[in-house]
Amino acid sequence: MPTPLTATLIVNGQTRTISVADETEDLLYVLRDKLSLIGPRFGCGVAQCGCCTVIVNGAITRSCITPITEVPAGSTITTLEGIGQPDRPHPLQQAFIDEQAGQCAYCCNSMIMGAYGWLESRIAGGNTAVPTDQEIKDFLSGNGTTPAYDYLCRCGAHLRIIAAIQSAAKVMVGGGR
Amino acid sequence: MTSANFPRRQFLSLTGMLAIGFTVAPAAGKLGGSSAAASTDAALRGNEGDLRVNDPGAADSWLVIGSDNSITIYSGKVELGTGVQTALSQIVCEELHVRVDMVSFVQGDTSLTPDQGYTAGSATIFTAGPVLRAAAATVFQALLAMAAQAIGVPERVLQAQDGKIGIGRNLNRGLSYGRLIGQQQIELTTNQNVAVVNPADYQVVGQSAPRVDLPAKFLAQFEYVHNVVVPGMLHARVVRPSGTTADGNPVALRNATLDSVDSTQAEAVPGYVQTVQKDNFIAVVATDEWAAIQAANALEVTWRTGAPLIAQASLPEALRDPANLYQSGTQVDAGDVDTALAGAAAQVTASYFTPFQMHGAIGPSCGVADVLPEPDPATGIQVTVWSGTQGVYELEGAIAQLLNLPLTAVHVIYVEAAGCYGHNGADDAAADAAFISSVVGSPVRVQWMRPDEEGWEPLGPAMAHSMKGGLDSKGNVVAWDHAVYTPTHNGRPDSLAGNLLVGQFLGFLPEPLPALPTNAGTRNGPVNYDFANNRLTESQVRSFVTVPGTMTPAAPLTWLLPRSSALRSLGGLSNSFANESFMDEMAAAANADPLDFRLNYLSGDPRATAVLQAMAKQAGWEKGISNPGPGRGRGISYLQYENNLTYVAAYAEVDVNATTGVIQVTRVVVAHDCGLIINPDGLRNQIEGNVIQATSRTIMEEVQFDQGGITSLYWDTSSFHPGTQYPILRFDQVPSVEIVLIDRPSQPAWGAGEPVTEAMPGAIGNAIFDATGMRMRTLPCTPARVLAALAAAK
Repeated sequence: MPTPLTATLIVNGQTRTISVADETEDLLYVLRDKLSLIGPRFGCGVAQCGCCTVIVNGAITRSCITPITEVPAGSTITTLEGIGQPDRPHPLQQAFIDEQAGQCAYCCNSMIMGAYGWLESRIAGGNTAVPTDQEIKDFLSGNGTTPAYDYLCRCGAHLRIIAAIQSAAKVMVGGGR
Repeated sequence: MTSANFPRRQFLSLTGMLAIGFTVAPAAGKLGGSSAAASTDAALRGNEGDLRVNDPGAADSWLVIGSDNSITIYSGKVELGTGVQTALSQIVCEELHVRVDMVSFVQGDTSLTPDQGYTAGSATIFTAGPVLRAAAATVFQALLAMAAQAIGVPERVLQAQDGKIGIGRNLNRGLSYGRLIGQQQIELTTNQNVAVVNPADYQVVGQSAPRVDLPAKFLAQFEYVHNVVVPGMLHARVVRPSGTTADGNPVALRNATLDSVDSTQAEAVPGYVQTVQKDNFIAVVATDEWAAIQAANALEVTWRTGAPLIAQASLPEALRDPANLYQSGTQVDAGDVDTALAGAAAQVTASYFTPFQMHGAIGPSCGVADVLPEPDPATGIQVTVWSGTQGVYELEGAIAQLLNLPLTAVHVIYVEAAGCYGHNGADDAAADAAFISSVVGSPVRVQWMRPDEEGWEPLGPAMAHSMKGGLDSKGNVVAWDHAVYTPTHNGRPDSLAGNLLVGQFLGFLPEPLPALPTNAGTRNGPVNYDFANNRLTESQVRSFVTVPGTMTPAAPLTWLLPRSSALRSLGGLSNSFANESFMDEMAAAANADPLDFRLNYLSGDPRATAVLQAMAKQAGWEKGISNPGPGRGRGISYLQYENNLTYVAAYAEVDVNATTGVIQVTRVVVAHDCGLIINPDGLRNQIEGNVIQATSRTIMEEVQFDQGGITSLYWDTSSFHPGTQYPILRFDQVPSVEIVLIDRPSQPAWGAGEPVTEAMPGAIGNAIFDATGMRMRTLPCTPARVLAALAAAK
């Protein structure tokens, strides 16, 4: 029989206690089904597309392959809901709106949250340069990143997504949230 | 997440309103003013929630303005992620003199919106736009007359802006539409000859209005169908026939039948509810999603393999094999092709092939259904379905047949899914949910997993082309002969249970194979070039075993090929690939510039000439300049969508790595004339998407199958899935895209959802030829195929 688990997590700044019947349950389902969050989405279930991307303790995380046991109690989790609100969007969200960087936009959680984790960690590491187009393409293709995560878009909004990330980076390196 | 009990028909509670019914093909016969009025009367008697009229075909579409100034569009065409909600709203707003943020949009609901057929074929703006324009203009003229009477002045002195009509430029004290309507209940029928805004005066149409749906999508506020939650909803996973290939890879088995089911292990999963099994259909139901996944994995099912499919490697020959054809016909037959070919100074022949390809929604299909034990006494509705379908009415009919219920008992509500690009698994997932819910007696959500999508969605079929051309001694084209071989592109629900996957697993048979030319395999098969001797023949390939001498499936259903249906552009991508590559072959044989060669045969169409010249100018095309650099080439293509709609000219530059065989498309230029442009940025977004997706289809995409079934079940090959999978274009493979839009405000607005998709393979293939002297006549242009072709060319 599976082992149940109860854990307390800090999700988008709020303390949430979750209980699962099976401690191997992946974080994606905990977030969507137990906490009713719709930012992270199911795409492939094997970390190949990025739809499920969230930030766990500062790290870009594919929640579809992350059992809840790998998320230590007290962990801080940020989802698309947590980085900005409709009346105060995050610079990445605002840039995606300004660039009209999506069509169906089902995938866009992945690029917004991936870029959020990437840019935050770049800036925290002292790199305040605005990334070039090529750097953004490389990041979104998993070139030189660990793990080598790909970010897939099927509608073909790639060029707008690159532009939006670059535009947001200009705000973020200047101290914009 | 979405509560499924979201309020609808809020306008019904308004004390006054102005409603307009309008009609549109193909269901025009069922609609019309009288039924619109009847429906309005019925609607007005209701209070809240769903109300349904008895005739399922007569759920009229309205533009409704309330006394509270609310404006609601009821659209049978749905937003698939392409931006039509915004564009259609712009068309209405222009005529109504209101802002885009002042209208709401109700779409795809069999209780509320008209039957406008499938949202497909790049036809929404073209077909639904004029309908909405006339409806909105009819409303506006009525409001204008009411204002003139109320104020006591002639209509000609009145101005309108932002939902108010008054005198002079300052409309702050003008009368709002809601105030004009007051307590009245007014019903109108669209006046097809109504005065509309002069395109020269457009203020909303032609502007890059931001997409109304996008902010919510970026802010985690948008309700995709995947987020629909119904109280008491259970979660199900369908367990489909699967096996293992000789080399150890999983395979989604076709033609397999159920041998045994053992649910002992599944029952031990916490949250397990039940196993649903009937005929060859098996699903597990659980209280939450994780439990459903675990239970599905724990279910022990054995399958008996069935008849083998035609081997993938044999497709180019098999598609042409008379034994596999059920019908052939000639679609174009100008002049005397055979005589002209025989007398030509030079003959050119070539064969082209494109593989089975996937829609590949980034979010796998999902459907939610709530089947009650009895019809709701108030509404008569027993089945409610939430689906990302392209056709709520066609799905409604199919589910009614599946569950053996009257149409009036089924209510299908469109909720946007991940982009579909045609007929994907959306309908099947919804029908899975409906069937399972009917068995378990609770609302059920079915989420397909990635291998379900890749293994079972209807595919765009493989196609083969045999081309022959003749040139005279001066290099003029004297004959053009194109023979296309294709399985069907039309497997849509069409109100038949047998067209749904679950129906087929329950023993329903799909509709007979389509007659010529309705399978859309010849979309853009004909060329627009002015050739005196010009022929197009189509041969249609059987997808399944038929009753001898008929197009009717034989029982039990036995597939010969993977199930196929409508994928973005249908036959257009393959036909244009063959036509435009072969046009390049002819130009090369004639030692002619590819641009001049095309222009020579389009001189009678100024819009064709204009679009090619606009492309050439932006691309910097120079005659006779080839091979822009070592391993680098450039190519062009041209087409007119469906031969009488949107004009497209495309240019591609590629780098060919002769060591690795990798093709990098570096730069694309598109010139595009779709007549009146409704929303330039929305149009650019669509064109960019077409370029990128079709580049992916050209260089990467090929569904893999063995004779048991489909074996490419994930995006990428990994240690867990070592076989060849179905990769799509990555960010570092995307070309730059330059777009030249030709706006023609006085012309009809045509669609942009598919035309550029058709242009890409030809332009890329011609660029590869320019770079290497080697013709890529088979898609996709994978590294292995490129290396093999390079080796063969040496």
